Amino acid sequence: MSGPSLAIFGAASAIAEQVARRFAAKSARLFLVARDPARLERIAADLRLRGAASIATHAADLDDPMALAPMLEAMETAIGVPDIVLLAFGTLGDQSAIVRDVEATRRSLTTNFLSPACLLTALAGRMESAGRGLIVVLTSVAGERGRASNYVYGAAKGGLSTFLEGLRHRLASTGVRVLDVRPGPVATPMTAGLGLSGPLLAAPGRVAADIERAIEKRRSVLYTPWFWRWIMLVIRALPEPIFHRMRL
Amino acid sequence: MVIVFPEVEDRRSWGRAHRARHRLAWPTHPRAAADVLAARGDRSVLGFGLGRSYGDSCLNPGGLLIETRGLDRLLAFDAERGILHAEAGCTLADLLATVVGLPAPGGGVWCLPVSPGTRFVTLGGAIANDVHGKNHGHMGSFGRHVLSLRLLRSDRGLLDCGPEREGELFRATIGGLGLTGLILEATLRLERVPGLLLEVEDLRFDDLEGFYRLVEESAAWPYTVAWVDCLARGRGLGRGIFSRARYLEGGPARPMPPAEPRLSVPLAPPVSPLNRWTLAAFNALLWRRLGPAGRRVRTLPWHRFLYPLDAIEGWNRLYGPRGFHQHQCVVPPKTAPDTVRRLLETIAASGQGSFLAVLKTLGASAAPGLLSFPMEGTTLALDFPERGTATAALLDRLDRIVLEAGGRLYPAKDGRMSAEAFRAGFPNWRRFAALADPAFSSAFWQRVGPAADRRVLERAA
Repeated sequence: MSGPSLAIFGAASAIAEQVARRFAAKSARLFLVARDPARLERIAADLRLRGAASIATHAADLDDPMALAPMLEAMETAIGVPDIVLLAFGTLGDQSAIVRDVEATRRSLTTNFLSPACLLTALAGRMESAGRGLIVVLTSVAGERGRASNYVYGAAKGGLSTFLEGLRHRLASTGVRVLDVRPGPVATPMTAGLGLSGPLLAAPGRVAADIERAIEKRRSVLYTPWFWRWIMLVIRALPEPIFHRMRL
Repeated sequence: MVIVFPEVEDRRSWGRAHRARHRLAWPTHPRAAADVLAARGDRSVLGFGLGRSYGDSCLNPGGLLIETRGLDRLLAFDAERGILHAEAGCTLADLLATVVGLPAPGGGVWCLPVSPGTRFVTLGGAIANDVHGKNHGHMGSFGRHVLSLRLLRSDRGLLDCGPEREGELFRATIGGLGLTGLILEATLRLERVPGLLLEVEDLRFDDLEGFYRLVEESAAWPYTVAWVDCLARGRGLGRGIFSRARYLEGGPARPMPPAEPRLSVPLAPPVSPLNRWTLAAFNALLWRRLGPAGRRVRTLPWHRFLYPLDAIEGWNRLYGPRGFHQHQCVVPPKTAPDTVRRLLETIAASGQGSFLAVLKTLGASAAPGLLSFPMEGTTLALDFPERGTATAALLDRLDRIVLEAGGRLYPAKDGRMSAEAFRAGFPNWRRFAALADPAFSSAFWQRVGPAADRRVLERAA
């Protein structure tokens, strides 16, 4: 007997891999997309041994508009219209370089907003026709207020959250649900360059466990770890004169 | 490639008495591990798994720790022959949840051939410390079941090694404390067992003669271990409880997955609840638990017998903010009974009773690694809360007794043995040092390895 079907875009991300393991243990059927075929192969071998009922992989550059159609075709061949889709790709980039570089700004907005938004449009249509399914997207607490340290990334993620809010509104009367996952900083290769450590840095396994629980509880928005909801509430409420004197 | 390594202030090992400042890297792919090694600059490096080493062999003060938990993929399992290929950051808990319990052809199930007292260690850590379990007499140490390794070296890049290929480096890496390079992958041969239920028998013994009598009677039991009451003196010296276990035929095909720890110690209490009086009460309770017959028979799932302490997450914090030391030695069979008695007398006289005192015999299986700890004889493992100079003096006395008896101390448990003690216990150490990776180091190695040569000479003079 096999479990739910799950398509993961950005399957090499540390959080996505931890989520995939949880679903593999439930005998899920998996469709995994990432850029590097060698990494995909390793990840797939592991998920097979951890209990996945079936695994198909597809190597593609998610920023390439021409790659979209063949990727979705491969998905439908492998698992049909999935029960769950997870979008887990993004780049933080070097903000100090991005703020002075038009091309880098364009690349960041493409990977973090344009590409996921286009993919969501294609996926949502299929799921709406099927009348069921769950869309899970990793955004970020960085999307809640523009800050000097990461506003390009933050703007893209904030835009994506707004997109998801609208998508949820549009699909409210169908059987399709939308979950917006807003992690704080997570200890992954993406944040390795920030020189962070300490209690505010979450482990990817913990974030994955929170995501699984939010899926079961049919949540719409998840802050993970939970305290980020309250931290962001404070940061959003700060008046600009105070906000401008802080280095965030 | 520029990689920024974040700094952590006080990374601690399991005994919590040792802490050090490090830079960290957590590669999630073998290629990223190579990038990290290339970007190390002039820092020394050391692989770090789950930090279950008690002392300072898993710390590298001022250097770079490469965390291996992101390199934890199972790569292949040959269910016909029971051969597993996996990345070295996999934990034994991962293996228990996946391949352990899978049916073996011709009946029975696959099981870990050797396991230490916790399942929360990585495959790489189990190899680097050549760990042993309660079945050493039957199965030898962990390294005996490792068929091959993939090693990342700073000077030679990726290397595959096994008994036939780079054999000397293979033997140096097993039990090599992570000093021969970063272990990336390993293949391991699992053991076929009838099932995952054990028949466990607990028996009281009154003294060390009683212990050795039970050891002799239990040669057919794969698992044996004893708890010793180290507060007992005089006629009660060396009393304890002996446990032995064997597989039950026709256990469940698939094991019940081991539960996540149900109890947890989230913070170190400011004053440790483990003191002389609670220890006395605890020991008296254990001693009486078997009732007047002094014998009890139970059926337990394999993991419940092997990992009693895994039920309490963070039990190491119970020793309070200053942490604790482990002292584990092995002494050869000829001198063992007298030596264990002297060790227990010394501890009882010091009044610094050890909460966990574990006595086992190790079999004659040839050591797979140049620095393998297990050798034929009796091993005694003790916990002592850190109490400054009194603790240090007691541990030094214990070291001397062990070395006089021709024994050795376990580096995985140690944060303080002298270079002389290490060198006396591990005569192959010079051969090993020649095979260590020049970029790798640890606090332990700085203390006992070639860097200590001058200090040793000065002390001898």
